[in-house]
Amino acid sequence: MAIRSFLFLLLLFFSSLNPILSLYEDQVGLMDWHQQFIGKVKQAVFHTQKTGRKRVVVSTEENVIASLDLRHGEIFWRHVLATNDVIDGIDIAIGKYVITLSSGGSILRAWNLPDGQMVWESSLQGPKHSKSLLLVLTNLKVDKDNVVIVFTNGRLHAVSSIDGEVLWKKDFEAESLDVQQVIQPPGSDLVYVVGFAASSQFEMYQINARNGELLKHESAAFSGGFLGEVSLVSSETLVALDSTGSILLTISFHNGKISFQQTPISNLVGDSLGPAAITPSSVTGIFSLKVNAITIFIRVIGEGKLEVLEKTNLKTAVSDALSISEGKQAFALIQHAGSEIHLTVKPADDWDGNLLKESIKMDRQRGLVHKVFINNYIRTDRSYGFRVLIVMEDHSLLLLQQGEIVWSREDGLASIIDVTTSELPVEKDGVSVAKVEHNLFEWLKGHMLKLKGTLMLASPEDMAAIQSMRLKSSEKSKMTRDHNGFRKLLIVLTRAGKLFALHTGDGRIVWSHLLQSLHKPQACQHLIGLNLYQWQVPHHHAMDENPSVLVVGRCGPSLDAPGVLSFVDTYTGKELSSLSLAHSVAQVIPLPYTDSTEQRLHLLIDADQHAHLYPKTPEAIGIFQREFSNIYWYSVEDDNGIIKGHALKSKCTSEVADEFCFDSRELWSVVFPSESEKIIATVTRKLNEVVHTQAKVIADQDVMYKYLSRNLLFVATAAPKASGEIGSVTPEESWLVAYLIDTVTGRILHRVTHHGSQGPVHAVFSENWVVYHYFNLRVHRYEMSVIEIYDQSRADDKDVWKLVLGKHNLTSPISSYSRPEVITKSQSYFFTHSLKSIAVTSTAKGITSKQLLIGTIGDQVLALDKRFLDPRRSVNPTQAEKEEGIIPLTDLLPIIPQSYVTHALRVEGLQGIVTVPAKLESTTLVFAHGVDLFFTQLAPSRTYDSLTEDFSYALLLITIVALVAAIFVTWILSERKELQEKWR
Amino acid sequence: MKTTEVIVAFILTLSLLSFPSLGFQSDELLVDDEEFGLEGAPQPRSPEPIPSRSQPVTTPTRKRHSDLDSDSKIQFSLDHAFGDSDFTPAGTFSARLKTWSHGGQTLTKLRFSRNSFTDEEKEKFKNLLESDDFYRIRLPSNVLSPPGRDFIISSVKARCLPREGLDEHFVIHMEGINVLAVNYGSPGSCPYPRNLKLPAKWSFNSHTVLKNSEQAPRAPVFTEEILGGENGEGEVVPPPERSFWAKYWMYLIPLGLIVMNAITQAMNLPEEQATGQVPAQGQPSGGAMQRGPSSAVRRR
Repeated sequence: MAIRSFLFLLLLFFSSLNPILSLYEDQVGLMDWHQQFIGKVKQAVFHTQKTGRKRVVVSTEENVIASLDLRHGEIFWRHVLATNDVIDGIDIAIGKYVITLSSGGSILRAWNLPDGQMVWESSLQGPKHSKSLLLVLTNLKVDKDNVVIVFTNGRLHAVSSIDGEVLWKKDFEAESLDVQQVIQPPGSDLVYVVGFAASSQFEMYQINARNGELLKHESAAFSGGFLGEVSLVSSETLVALDSTGSILLTISFHNGKISFQQTPISNLVGDSLGPAAITPSSVTGIFSLKVNAITIFIRVIGEGKLEVLEKTNLKTAVSDALSISEGKQAFALIQHAGSEIHLTVKPADDWDGNLLKESIKMDRQRGLVHKVFINNYIRTDRSYGFRVLIVMEDHSLLLLQQGEIVWSREDGLASIIDVTTSELPVEKDGVSVAKVEHNLFEWLKGHMLKLKGTLMLASPEDMAAIQSMRLKSSEKSKMTRDHNGFRKLLIVLTRAGKLFALHTGDGRIVWSHLLQSLHKPQACQHLIGLNLYQWQVPHHHAMDENPSVLVVGRCGPSLDAPGVLSFVDTYTGKELSSLSLAHSVAQVIPLPYTDSTEQRLHLLIDADQHAHLYPKTPEAIGIFQREFSNIYWYSVEDDNGIIKGHALKSKCTSEVADEFCFDSRELWSVVFPSESEKIIATVTRKLNEVVHTQAKVIADQDVMYKYLSRNLLFVATAAPKASGEIGSVTPEESWLVAYLIDTVTGRILHRVTHHGSQGPVHAVFSENWVVYHYFNLRVHRYEMSVIEIYDQSRADDKDVWKLVLGKHNLTSPISSYSRPEVITKSQSYFFTHSLKSIAVTSTAKGITSKQLLIGTIGDQVLALDKRFLDPRRSVNPTQAEKEEGIIPLTDLLPIIPQSYVTHALRVEGLQGIVTVPAKLESTTLVFAHGVDLFFTQLAPSRTYDSLTEDFSYALLLITIVALVAAIFVTWILSERKELQEKWR
Repeated sequence: MKTTEVIVAFILTLSLLSFPSLGFQSDELLVDDEEFGLEGAPQPRSPEPIPSRSQPVTTPTRKRHSDLDSDSKIQFSLDHAFGDSDFTPAGTFSARLKTWSHGGQTLTKLRFSRNSFTDEEKEKFKNLLESDDFYRIRLPSNVLSPPGRDFIISSVKARCLPREGLDEHFVIHMEGINVLAVNYGSPGSCPYPRNLKLPAKWSFNSHTVLKNSEQAPRAPVFTEEILGGENGEGEVVPPPERSFWAKYWMYLIPLGLIVMNAITQAMNLPEEQATGQVPAQGQPSGGAMQRGPSSAVRRR
C-alpha cells in the first residue's frame, strides 16, 4: 500500500513535469522496430533493360506500387496510393518509366524507374464506367514518342509516354460495348478493340494507332451469348465460352472477317463435368480451362481446331507468356504435389519440350500458389535461365531460381485484421537461453567501446559499432518471459487467413499458421478470418498448459455463412483443434468467467439471435448457469439505425437437443429517426481495461466519482445527408449527435448535438471518458470533443464520519437498474489533423496517466496527453487547479513534434493502433499496423518505476565504494583521536 | 436507523438543491413548464438553442404554411408485457404538439394516465416478481403515425418497481416528433440482490420526463482573448497569501521532531541517572563523571 501511494506521489511529481516524451537519435531502434511490406501482389513487371536488370516492379492489393530488388527482395522504392485509388494495371514504357493506371482507370501516372519519382500524371475521363485496360505499344513511334493506349470509361486514349499528354481519343459511347481486349498485332500500327455488345454480339474495331482513325468496324452475332473471361490465343484469335459454359468458341477476326467455331467441351474431355471457366492468360496458341477442380490445357490448331494437351487435377497456376527470342514464347506452370511444387517452363509451341523442370520444397503453411510471373536471364554458359516470382495463398511473395527459394517476403502482414498478445514461456531453471559472452576479449572490447562513447572519444565507426551492439543485445529478443513484461508475442490474423506470432523484441516471425491448410479444403471453401480472442491464458493453477487463442472465421462472405472456430497454441503455433459450426457467427462475447483450466467462456451469437456457449463442457455450463440472468448484450443495426439490447431466455427449442444453445429475448431498443440520424460510429470500453481508482480528487480537496460502468456504449449519429464526403453539405443541413447508452437497460445517459458538424467520427472510450474527432463545417476545422461522466449517487460518500461509522454505501453492489445519477462534463477543441485511427495507452494497474495515440493522416502516430482533453480546463486556472495539473484553456490542441511516437518513420496505410500493458506499471506497448508494422514502448509519465537504460551503475557503485571507504577512514581516525584524548 | 434515513433524505434534498441541473426528480406531471414543456431540460439558457435544435426535423414535407405557431392535441399509447407475453395497452400519453413557424414540431405538456392493473395482470405481475423476470413496456417511435418505424422497447426487472405502491419513472428522449428511446425504471435505486417485495397497493405512481437533445458547447475561439489574456498576465495577479503554516510546514515538522527528540532524550537522561543511582547512592553529577573512566578501564 505504502509502495503504491509512493508510486502515486512520484507519478504526480513526474506528471507535473514536462509531459512530452521523446527520444534521442541514438535511441531509435532500441525499443522500437519498423517493418515495411507491400501486400498481395496483383501484377509484376520485370525490368529487362540493362540498368535495371535486377528489379521487378509490382502492384498490390493494398494499392502499393513498389520496385523490388530481385537479388534480395528488398524494397528500392514504394508508393502507397490512397485506399480508393485502386491500381488497375502497370507496365513499363520506354525503358525508364513505370506506367500505372488507377482509380477505376481515371488516373494514369508515370514513375521514374530508378528512384520512383513521379514524372507525370494525367486524368482520363470518359462517358461511362467500364473495364479499364492498359497497353503500352512497344515498337510503334508517333513523332519519336512511344504511345500508351488506355481504354477506360468507354473511351480509348492514346497517351504520350514522355509527358502524359493525350494524343488522341476515340469514344465507344454509342454502343453498349463491353470491351474485353485491346490488341496490337506485332509489327503493325493497328490496334484492335474487341468486345461484346448486348451479350450476344461480338464487335471488332480496327483503329490506326497513329491518329485514332477508325479503319474498320465489324460485328457478328452469336445466339448462344458469352460468358466471363476471354483468352487471347493469337493476335487475331480469341477463345470464349458460351453463356451455358459448355461450348468453347474460337473467334477469329483475321483481316476484319469475324468467324466463329464452336466446340462442345464434352467433345474434348469426353464426358461433361459441369460448368467450365477460362483462366485468362496470353500464351500464343494455348489456353487453359478449369472444370471443377480439373485444369485442362488446350491448343488451338489453325482454324478453330482444338487439341487437348493435358488434363490434371493437381492445383495449377500458369504465368503469362514471355518472349525469349524472335517469335518464341515460353511460359511457366506450377503444380502442387504434396509438400512440393513442380515448376515447369515450357515453350509455347512444344508442350512436351520442357525448358526447365524443377521441384521445390514448399512450406505447407504458405498454401497454394495463386500467381506466377516469369522472367528470363542469360546464364554464365550463355543459355537461357528462368526465374519465377510466385504469390502464395498467404499473400507471401517468393522468388524461385535454380530450384531454390532465393528470397521470400511475408506480405500477408500488410493486411492485419486483428491483433492479440500472448505471454512467452517462463524461463526454466537451469535452461538459460541467454548466450554467454563468446570470449573475454570481445567483452572487453565492447566495454572499451562503450567507455569511449561515454567519454566522447569515439569515432563515427565506433559509434556505429556501439549502436549495432546495443541493437543486437540478445536480452530483448529472448524467447522467455521477462520481469518487466516487455517481451511478448503479438498474435496477428491477416486477411489471407494466416496467423503470425511476432516477437515484440525485434518483430521477427516466431511461427505462422495458415488456417485453411491444404489437407482439408472440403470443409470450407472461402474461409474469412474474422477475429482473434484469448482462449486460454494460464496462470495460477493451470500453469503447465500453453496459452491458446481462438480464431473465429466464417465460410464465405455472407453474414449467414456458417462459422469456423480454430484453437491455436501460442507457443508452438500448432492448431489444437478446429470446429466447423452449424450456426453463423454474428457476434462473439468473451465472458468474464474461466473454467478450471483457465479456458475463457465465450458466447457466440448467431444471425438468428441464438446464443451458443463455448467451450462445450459440463463445467462451462455449470459456471454459465450461475450467471445466467446476469448476461446482457446489445446489437447495432447500422443500416437500420436501431440498437437493441438482449438477454438470455431459455434453452433453444430446436428439434436437435443442444444444451449449449440458448434463446434470447429483446429487452430494449433505441430507434433513431431515419430521416434525421444515421449511426456512423459505436465505441465501447476495452474489456480488459484496468482502472486504478474510482475517485478523482479535484482542486479544492473535493472528490468526484467516475462513472465506471463497463456497459457504456458511445454512439455517434449524423444527418443522413452529411454521411458523405466532407463539404458535400452545408452546415445547416448537417449535425452530429453523440450518445452515451447503458447497454443493460438501454438508458440514454447523455445526449448532445453538434450542429454544423459531420463525420467521419473516430472515437476512443476509456475509464469514464470518451474522446471523439469530427469535422466542424461552420469553422472549417477538425474538432475533438471529450465527454467525462461522473457518478453523483456516490457524491455523498465523501463524508469521513460516514466512512468511520460504516454508514456509507461503498460496498453495496451497483445495479444498472438503479436510476443513474450522473453528471457529464464536456469540452471541444480544435485539432489540426484528420485521423485514421485513435487509441489510448493502457497500463497494468491503470495508475499511470493516459495518452491518446492518434494515427494521423500522414500515417504517423502522435501521442497526446489526455490532460489536454480535460473538460475542466479553464482560461485562468486557479493556483490549486494548476497544482492538480490543469492546463490553461486553449482553442487548439497542440501538436508537439517530439511527441510523435513513430519519430521519423511512417506506418504506411495505417489501420489500427493496439496498446498492451507491460508488467511494469509505467510502460505500455504500442503496436501500429497498416501496410507497415511499427512497435514501440511508451511511458506516458516517464519510467518512474525503473531506472533508465543509460543509468550509470558504475557511478553508483563508485559512490558506494567511496562512501564505505570514507566511513572506514573516518572511523579509524575517530578511534585514534579518541585514544589520544584518553591518553591525555 | 430512522435517524440515518432522515440524514440520507436531508443530504439528498441538499444535493438536489445544489445541483439543479439534474433536478428533474419532482414527481409533478408536466403541467406548466412554459411553452417548451421540458421539465428537467438541463440548460436554463435554452431560449437561444431551442429553435436551432428543432431544425433536424425540418423536412420539407412537414413544412406548414401558417406563420403562426399552432397547437394540437395528440395521444399515443403505452403497451406493456409481462415477461415474454404479448404487449397489451397499459396507458395513454397525451401531449400538445407544437408546430413552430419554421416547421419544427415538438411535444409539450406531456401527461400520462395509467390504466390500473386488472386482477389477471396483478397475478401475472406477481409471477414476475417471484421469478425476478422482466416487466417490459413499449412506445411508438413516431407519435404522429404510430408505431413509426419500430416500437421503442424498454424493460426493467419487476422487483425494482414495488415500493409503497408501484413506482415508475419514464424519461422519454425525443427528436421532434420521434421517440428515440425511453429510460424506464424505478425512480430510485434498485440494489442488486433484489428482494421479493409485494407492493402494498396496486396503483402506479408514474413520473414522466421529456428530454430533447442538448446543444454541445462550442469549441472556445480565442483570437482576441489570447491578447487579452496576455494583458491580464502583465498585471501579475498576486497569488493568494497563504498562512505561515501552509508555507513552512515542511521545515516546521522536522524541527518539531528534533525538538521532540531532544525532549524525550532529556527526559530519558534523568531517568537513566535515576536507575544508575540506585546502586551508587551518590550524587547525580558524580555518576556521569565516573562512567567515563570506568569504560576506559574496561577497554584496556
